[in-house]
Amino acid sequence: MIPQDLKYTREHEWVKIEGGEAVIGITDHAQSQLGDITFVELPEVGKEISQSDSFATVESVKAASDVYAPVSGKVISVNEALQEAPEAINRSPYGDGWICRVSLKGKEEADSLMDNSAYEKFLAEAH
Amino acid sequence: MVAFSGWNMPVQYSGIIEEHLYTRTRAGLFDICHMGEFILKGPSAAADLEKLVTCRVDDMPAGRCRYGFMLNEAGGVIDDLIVFRIAEDDFMVVVNAGTVSKDREWIEGRVSPETEFRDISDITAKLDLQGPLSREILGAVAGDGREAVEGLKRYNFTEMDLDGVTTLVSRTGYTGELGYELFFPPEHAERFWDRFMEQGVARPVGLGARDTLRMEMGYSLYGNDIDEEHTPLEGNLARFVRMEKDFIGREALASQESGGFSRILTGFICSGRRSARSHFKVKKDGEEVGEVTSGAFSPCLKKGIGLCYIEKELAGEGTGIVLTDGRVEIEAGIKSVPLYEH
Repeated sequence: MIPQDLKYTREHEWVKIEGGEAVIGITDHAQSQLGDITFVELPEVGKEISQSDSFATVESVKAASDVYAPVSGKVISVNEALQEAPEAINRSPYGDGWICRVSLKGKEEADSLMDNSAYEKFLAEAH
Repeated sequence: MVAFSGWNMPVQYSGIIEEHLYTRTRAGLFDICHMGEFILKGPSAAADLEKLVTCRVDDMPAGRCRYGFMLNEAGGVIDDLIVFRIAEDDFMVVVNAGTVSKDREWIEGRVSPETEFRDISDITAKLDLQGPLSREILGAVAGDGREAVEGLKRYNFTEMDLDGVTTLVSRTGYTGELGYELFFPPEHAERFWDRFMEQGVARPVGLGARDTLRMEMGYSLYGNDIDEEHTPLEGNLARFVRMEKDFIGREALASQESGGFSRILTGFICSGRRSARSHFKVKKDGEEVGEVTSGAFSPCLKKGIGLCYIEKELAGEGTGIVLTDGRVEIEAGIKSVPLYEH
């Protein structure tokens, strides 16, 4: 089930808009493609990230993958639990596997992203 | 599933880490049908093999198998393989999937006219059963053959009747655990798979975990850690080379023994979970001193591990190195293999 209250990118990140803030993670499709996640490089708190730029890295047993910012903003907190237990992303990609929270530059960027039915369609077309 | 040397191979079933840990604690069943097998038969077969491979062949009794290399004239590794002596004049050679045709051409061009050579890869299925419970599981499936299984020593093999099918069972493997490799006609593969699964103990394990299991042991993977551009001496594998006999590539190795060589293969453990990958450079004090040939996350150590070629003087235990792909820098320490020990 693809959560209805999130927006999605073509690179399989999700973003949850909460007022002037946003929480970011990778989708269930992404974690399943990656396999067992073994390491996460979290962004530094305070870092400015720009939409579509790589801001974090997720590594699985055999490969490393960039995570791209769905929206621009400033990192205000990161999910430290992922340092010791990166498998949380596999287990709960939309919940405990959240990567970071940012304060938003503006809300318009999120409007250009896919909603859950568009993302579902996008996944179906790609396979 | 992933394409590999003309085969469709399972990378994982339930997850690489879970399969890896299950093999180390219980037992995993691996579909290894893709590997190649050759038969060499005849009064000159032993002598032919003696020239072709770096391990001793003539002193192997029937039922014994040995790991070694087939080298080119420059001492470079054409393949790593296991030679099985079935009888005085009857041998099976097990080779890697990706090198079957290369190996076949090399051997066929170099055996005596009276040696019968057959490539039986397409008519030989292989399953690996590995893990602490593998002996019990195989014993249960073997029924009357259970005693033969229990008595089987490492690097020995026997032919047994498994469910009415003549099966060659060797006590060999690529995981570092107690384990067996089974060779039999492919029409029985699915049925054998099901027979093992029915016991309710072994779980299916894919190529992903096969790679992390062998990497924890520091076993080389042909194409990554050893290849035609490196000799077994550079690969730190001299113990599988019998210099006292004559074999193709011996002269080149002898020159290398006296002349020396610059880089040697050894293992490393990263400082944390972040893993280095093949082709990462090895740096020491800012200088490039080597290259990573294999790298992955170790489920048992929960750190990145791998193998690298490094300047011989820096290959000492504990040497601090930095592994980098130009973007990422990972601190690591040299560790001689095995990288993981029970």
